[in-house]
This record gives sequence, C-alpha cells and structure tokens, in this order.
Amino acid sequence: MALSLSLQSGKRASPVRNALVKGWWDRLPLLPALVVVLCVTQLPFIITLYYSLQRWNLVSTSAPRFVWFRNFLNAFNDAVFLKAVFNTAVMTGSIVIASVFFGGLLAAGLNREFRGRTLARTLAITPFFIMPVAAALFWKTGIFDPTFGILGWITDAVGIGRFNWISQYPRLTIILLTTWQWSAFALLILLAGMQSFPTEVAEAAAVDGASRFYTFRRLMLPHLRPFIELTALLTAMYVLENFAAIAILTNGGPAYATTNLSYYVYLEAFSAFDLGRASAFGMIALAFAIALTVPMLRVVSGIFKEGGRA
Amino acid sequence: MSLRRTSHLDTLLTALTWIGTFVMFAPIGWMILTSFKTEQDAVSYPPKLFFTPTLEHYQRIFENDFAAFLTVSVLVTLTSTAIVIVLAVPAAFALTVRPIPKWRDVLFFFISTKMMPIAAGIVPIYLVARAFDLLNTSTVLIIVYVSMNLPLAIWMIRSFMVEIPRDVFDAVEVDGAGRFREMTQIIVPLIKPGLASTALLCGIFAWNEFFLAVNLTTTVSTLPVFLQKFLSFGQLYTAQVAAVATLINVPVVAAGWLAQKSLTRGLTFGAVK
Repeated sequence: MALSLSLQSGKRASPVRNALVKGWWDRLPLLPALVVVLCVTQLPFIITLYYSLQRWNLVSTSAPRFVWFRNFLNAFNDAVFLKAVFNTAVMTGSIVIASVFFGGLLAAGLNREFRGRTLARTLAITPFFIMPVAAALFWKTGIFDPTFGILGWITDAVGIGRFNWISQYPRLTIILLTTWQWSAFALLILLAGMQSFPTEVAEAAAVDGASRFYTFRRLMLPHLRPFIELTALLTAMYVLENFAAIAILTNGGPAYATTNLSYYVYLEAFSAFDLGRASAFGMIALAFAIALTVPMLRVVSGIFKEGGRA
Repeated sequence: MSLRRTSHLDTLLTALTWIGTFVMFAPIGWMILTSFKTEQDAVSYPPKLFFTPTLEHYQRIFENDFAAFLTVSVLVTLTSTAIVIVLAVPAAFALTVRPIPKWRDVLFFFISTKMMPIAAGIVPIYLVARAFDLLNTSTVLIIVYVSMNLPLAIWMIRSFMVEIPRDVFDAVEVDGAGRFREMTQIIVPLIKPGLASTALLCGIFAWNEFFLAVNLTTTVSTLPVFLQKFLSFGQLYTAQVAAVATLINVPVVAAGWLAQKSLTRGLTFGAVK
C-alpha cells in the first residue's frame, strides 16, 4: 500500500525523484533476501565482536564488564586455545590435501570411457551426501571399534593386530572420516573440470605423438589448476568448521587432541558458559576464514571471467 | 604393438578406478548390510557376508521418539527450502535479468557470507533466540537454515538465469508492474529443472546440518540430534545404529542422485558446470 502510494507520487514528481523511485523499485526483488542474510549472518558477527571485548561468564555472579582486548590476549596464553589452532591447521591441511589427491586420482580414472562409468561415478560421489553425524556414528561403531569394527578385523587379518583407533590415533580417525566424505566432493568438481578440457586439444596432442602422461602433465594439469584451487579452498572452508565428526567420534579429546577452533568455541560457550572468551575465539576463527576467503573470491571471479559469465 | 599395450593399460586403469569406487562406497555398503543383520551377526568374528537378513532393527526404530524428530526434520527441511526458493528467485532476477547497479558487489557479498564460520556468530544467535523464546523450536532452525542456504541458492539460480538467451526477455517490454509476470510466467518455467536441483541441494544441507541444531535445540530437534543421543546409551548397538543411519540417509542420497547433473554448479556457486 505504502509502496504504491510512493510510486504514484513519484510519477508526478521531478525526474530526479522519479529515477530514485525507479532505482528502489528495481532493487525491491533483492531486498528480502539481502535483509534476511544481513540480519541472520552478518549482524551476529558485529554483536560477537562487542561481546568479545567483555568479561562475561554466565556461571560467575559478577555482571559482564568491558575489558577491551583482554580475552584476545588471554587466548594466546591459553595452551588449549593454541592447541586448538594447531589442530585446526593440521586437520584442515591434511584433509584438504588428501581429499584433492584421492578425489583427483579417482576423477582421472572416471574421466575415461569404460562400461559402467555412470554407475561408478554415482557410487563414488555418494559419501558426500551422507549425513556427517550418521557417518561418524556408523564409522565409530561399525568400522573403528576395536572389537566389533571391520577395520580391526582387517588389521588383524593382515597380521598387525587390533588398534583402538579412536583412542590411539584420534586425529587420524577424524582425518580419515572427513577425507572420505570430502574426496567425493573433490571428485565431483575435478571431474567436471576434466570434462571441460577441450577434446580437440587432447586429440591434437595424441596425433603429434605426445604420450598420455605428457598430455596429462603438460596440458590437463594447467587446465585444471583453477579447479584444484577452487576445490581446495572450498574444502578448507567447510572443513575449518568440522564439527559433527569431532563431536561424535572423540568429543574433542582425548586431552583436547582433536579439538578444533569451532569445537573449542562450542565448549567455551555451551559447557564453560564463558561467553566473552567464546566470542573472542569466534572472532579469531572468523579472521582465519577471512584469510581463506580473499584468495577464494579471486579464484572464483577468475573462473567466471574466463568463462565470460560475469 | 603399441595399441595392445594401451589397451592393457586401459584395463588396468579401469580396474583401479573400480577399486577406488569400491573403497568410496564400501563403508556405505557395509552399513546397509549391517543394518539387516542380527546384533550377533553384526559383531561376529570373522565378519559375515552371508547371513539371514532381518528387519528387526528397522521395526525397532519407531519404538522411541524417532517419529517426533523425523517430523521436525521434514518440516524444517521443506519449509526452509521453500522459503529459500521464494526469496532467491527474485533476488537472482534483480542480479541477472534486470541487473541493478553494482550487482557484482552484491553477488560477492552473498558468497562471502557463506564463507564465514558459523561458530563466530553462535553466541549472539543463541542469545537472540533465547530472548525471543525461540530456543528448542523448529522456527529458529527454519530461520537459520534459510539464511544459511540463501547465498548458495541465489548463486545457483543466477547461473541458470544467465543461460536464458537474452532475446527471450528483450522481446518483452517491461515496466514495473510487468516484472512480476515476467519473472513468474517467463523465467520460472524456463529454469524449472534448475530450481529443482537448487531445492534438492538446499534440502540436503538443511537435512544434514548439525552444529546449529545441537546448539539451538534439544528435544524439538532434527534427526542429527536424535542420532547423537545414541552416544549416551553407553553400549552402542552396531546393527541398530546402522539401520537408523541407513534410513535417515535414504532421502539425501536419493536427492543427491537426482540432482547429480547440476550438483557441481551448486557446490561451486555456479563457477563450475
């Protein structure tokens, strides 16, 4: 109602006014989505920044008070926090590298003509859809479990005995499980990248007597570079927030060995009820994410420009 | 001679590819197989490949409050996805078909929100939800999932709109009032398959989401939270876990397979087709 009124008055008003109204009329379809995203995803960060400057523990009786950057300074004297940063780096790094490597290998295998290829592709990408909590729960009981898990049976059968994977190699179990899911993702994107490789180029190279390995190394890999970068950055972003696997497999333990930044924020906020500290950790996690986002956006816009789609 | 060697190499590569595929699918296959075993068969040593299948565990799933969590999951997934599509189509329209000034900045703003860790915003989200008495409701999950999926949906839908030949809408003379018709009667029918894949992908993310669900809800919650409760039973029942996990994943795996063709595009914000 108010809108149609303003439009009518716009018709009678000056051309400047008219253009202004038209401008907003054009933006109107965008506004609901923009407002929702701003309010729910951006506003919290600003509030978190404000909280992070306060000493605010829900269990303590003292009222929240402003302490400037003390939470941040304390963070860097907190051994657990530093461990969480280290864990985040190690786990994210190895998951990204392993996923791109295995996903890429499998994509190269699937990027060939053979019978049952569509079926193989469909089966190979399925791990990505599996609910992370469900995957973690089944891996814990059916695969990693020292007495009942299939992995224990396999290691026993090859003669190296049984391990209690989750308590002996907690970080490795998280990495294995997450890599399994994210290699499927890497496979999807890298395969798409390989399929966008112009076939004429490959054929021309074959006619010139180039070996398959040479064609792959010298022509395919350079073509794939932006795709590999994109896959690595996207995987890093999502794995940085790895939560389900940690919460189900190890609860961040033993002795914080598998606690990453997201999980530490969760522990501080919802177990220790220290909202000030949790907010400061959240801000630091945000800083890491931004450091990844900047190169990421550059890669995405590069791919767009190349494809002439932006 | 050299041809022969190539075909040997091909056979080898194909075999390796199948082995790789097997490794990827084996945990899922093993889970499905385990779900049909009795608890004794599931933990037998050595593991059994052949056994008398039982549906016991599937029948037992509904004994506890599974149905309540399932209802919330379905409600939250469907509602949030529907809202996402309704908001994303006009937004993508304003950024593609009739682009506003600085549309590129807006697009990149959307993508950048998707990259921020949700952990950095969880404290205020929790406190605001508590202030509005929304903790432990499906409403709060719908709100956060809408904003979580919107940027992705806008980018994906945009990538479908970009492909519509320009003369389709250059032919239509558009004034303000005609826009809504142009959008609903010309554009939406043209990108219907794209909208379907977008909805499927958003649905998968909403169905699987755990961090927000576990922090904002407890008893009125989605299936990942239900599954987490299995942990507190102490003794875990392998076959029972397998049955629940299998059942819960049927919709998402089906959705993923259906959306396969446009999946890459959605996951890379339309950068890769």
